[in-house]
Amino acid sequence: MLLRRKSMALMLMAVVLLAGLLQGCSGKADEKDGPGTELVLWTFNELHEKFFLQMADQWNQLHPDEPIVLKANTFPYDNHHSKLSIALQSGVGAPDIADIEVNKIGNFLKGIPQLVPLNPVIDPELKNIVPSRVQIYGKDGKYYGIDFHVGAEVMYYNKEILDQAGVNPDSIVTWADYAAAGKQVLAKTGKPMATVETNDLWNYWPMISQQKSDFLDDKGELTLDNETNIKTLEFLQQMVKDKIAIPAPGGGHHMEEYYGFMNKGGAASVWMPMWYMGRFTDYMPDLKGKIIIRPLPAWEKGGSRSAGMGGTGTVVTNQSKHQDLAMRFLAFAKLSKQGNVEIWKQLGFDPIRSEVWTMPEVKAKNKFTDYFGTNIFDTLIEVKDEINAVHIGPKTPDIASAVRNKILYRTLLNGEDPATVLHELADELR
Amino acid sequence: MATPVHTNANVPTGQPPKPQRPTRSRWSRFIHSSRTAPYVFVLPFVLSFALFFAYPVISTVIMSFQEVLPGITTYVGLENYKDLINPTFGKAILNSVLYTLLTLVVLIPLPLVLAVLLNSPKMPGRGLFRSVMFIPALTSVVVAGTIFRLMFGELDGSLMNSLLGVFGLEPYKWLMNANTGFLALIVLALWRWLGVNMLYYMSGLQNIPPELYEAAQIDGASRFDSFWRITIPMLKPVTIYVFTISIYAGLSMFTESYMLWNGNNSPNDIGLTIVGYLYRQGLEQNSMGFGAAVGIVLLVFTLLLNLVQLKFFGLFRKED
Repeated sequence: MLLRRKSMALMLMAVVLLAGLLQGCSGKADEKDGPGTELVLWTFNELHEKFFLQMADQWNQLHPDEPIVLKANTFPYDNHHSKLSIALQSGVGAPDIADIEVNKIGNFLKGIPQLVPLNPVIDPELKNIVPSRVQIYGKDGKYYGIDFHVGAEVMYYNKEILDQAGVNPDSIVTWADYAAAGKQVLAKTGKPMATVETNDLWNYWPMISQQKSDFLDDKGELTLDNETNIKTLEFLQQMVKDKIAIPAPGGGHHMEEYYGFMNKGGAASVWMPMWYMGRFTDYMPDLKGKIIIRPLPAWEKGGSRSAGMGGTGTVVTNQSKHQDLAMRFLAFAKLSKQGNVEIWKQLGFDPIRSEVWTMPEVKAKNKFTDYFGTNIFDTLIEVKDEINAVHIGPKTPDIASAVRNKILYRTLLNGEDPATVLHELADELR
Repeated sequence: MATPVHTNANVPTGQPPKPQRPTRSRWSRFIHSSRTAPYVFVLPFVLSFALFFAYPVISTVIMSFQEVLPGITTYVGLENYKDLINPTFGKAILNSVLYTLLTLVVLIPLPLVLAVLLNSPKMPGRGLFRSVMFIPALTSVVVAGTIFRLMFGELDGSLMNSLLGVFGLEPYKWLMNANTGFLALIVLALWRWLGVNMLYYMSGLQNIPPELYEAAQIDGASRFDSFWRITIPMLKPVTIYVFTISIYAGLSMFTESYMLWNGNNSPNDIGLTIVGYLYRQGLEQNSMGFGAAVGIVLLVFTLLLNLVQLKFFGLFRKED
């Protein structure tokens, strides 16, 4: 009898444990948790998480009839995208809302996107926003993501070094002027004019985008090794050979080595998107008050002086049980005037809604105006019509990887011939 | 444990009671049967093996013949395997094989010699050295990789460049160059695994009967002779084991490279390994089918290599 009871007890325990395990695996959250509909958000950036949580508070104040409880999670960049991709492919476990970085969106647009088209909220706002910032997350006329920012590429000059060299940044109009000024800076101060990334895209890509070229054309065909791209890479290589530009210490503009080098006044300028402002304020504090923001040099007088680079699209997944609510909350956070002002205030990004750029709120004192002055948006307004759309497609992740790992390294560090390298890698990618 | 005896109240008096048989429930009989018990005990392993190994492997094989896109899965025959013939995968294989060979070259003789030294009773501070050498194995590879990245950093202040500075040499971009990048990888592997392999060898050394050394000494063998003719042959099983796991570890290396280059993007793919390529294709580029094909190639490659070396070392020969 005792034995039978023991076996029964063991069996029961096993059943209970198994049930618990299965319950745990299913990861099903309660529909309602607290006073509102629960929406789960995944991101790879803690600042984005904070922003969305604040926007959820604001939403709840304005929409007391349909409050939301936003459950936000931040994962490391690669981990986040892999987890999201597996959840979407397997059809289980995806959040309601998720961030997808622009270099990764190609993966999610392959096949039948497992994302909800956001056209109902985007279409009415298209005239108020920079359209390319939703088009890059689109396919077949459907928009699946909304960006945080324009990502306008600008030149950050170190005014102190330029003054020492006797260079007036406002007289630099073309890239040829920039190279000439670079020679002067090098001769007078012994410092390079610029640093260029050998492990990332934010120097080379805008230079070709300014000339209406790209890695892919509007039909998604590979244009990596076209004439413009070759010539641009040759120009960049020549600047490195002439020591006007040096490969960024550590390989890129997001490396510890680079921040230390630049913070000590290592180079006279760097061209990066506007979202890079936060890296200056956070990692290069000694340059406060010395950095001025100007448009990029054009390739010829009257040419484009900027390019839209980088970005994070926020999407609603088709696994969400509250797709409509998630979409409307997302529109409130990233398309509304209120949301766009917050994007500037909290994240220091150039928001995609252009009317916000002239609002007094963006001139108000914050850590960015303290660092760069209050005329940051003047530069953006100056170049707003000179930002060509970049072409993003299923091949983008592959191309980005090739440019990052091979093309820039081989040409800028190893001095190989740009045309040969570009043709070789383009053939491999085709 | 006593089984309760059931009495039958309906048995007529005067008749001898029928031989009593303990009645057990079907479940109890099943669980106590000596025929079924082994299966019951083995079941958890079989289940977990089927669920966590056999099923994923079979799925991977199937997936390697498919193109897996969000929402669409199509069979593409051998297309994924054909696509594997490309310079990047070639480089990944070359890097993995080179890394494996280099780790074998350093991670077998060095721990062996150190184990012999630390096994000698004459060695001072044996306990301390044993623990010191083992501690790196307990360190997370993420932490170790980050520390090594900083050590081999390209600024003047990084440890390796400071050392160069002592000799009046210019700072060097260690991780931008294939040779020095590999040097960093091997030093990291050596630092982490030296203690573990040493531990295997030390346990092997404990099993060598001391009489063999005494006999050799009486026969006039030198210390080197004893080492060469007794220690090394007697440690052969340990060496085969260390060799086998080192091949596996070498070919499956990924995290070290990932941490050293701060992501799966080393310059010109100097640190790209087979698993790195699998990760890049399967997850970073979302080509699960292609990634599965890479995984199958790695599996077959590792299996073949290990079978060959086990055959070479005579592990399949019958014991005398």
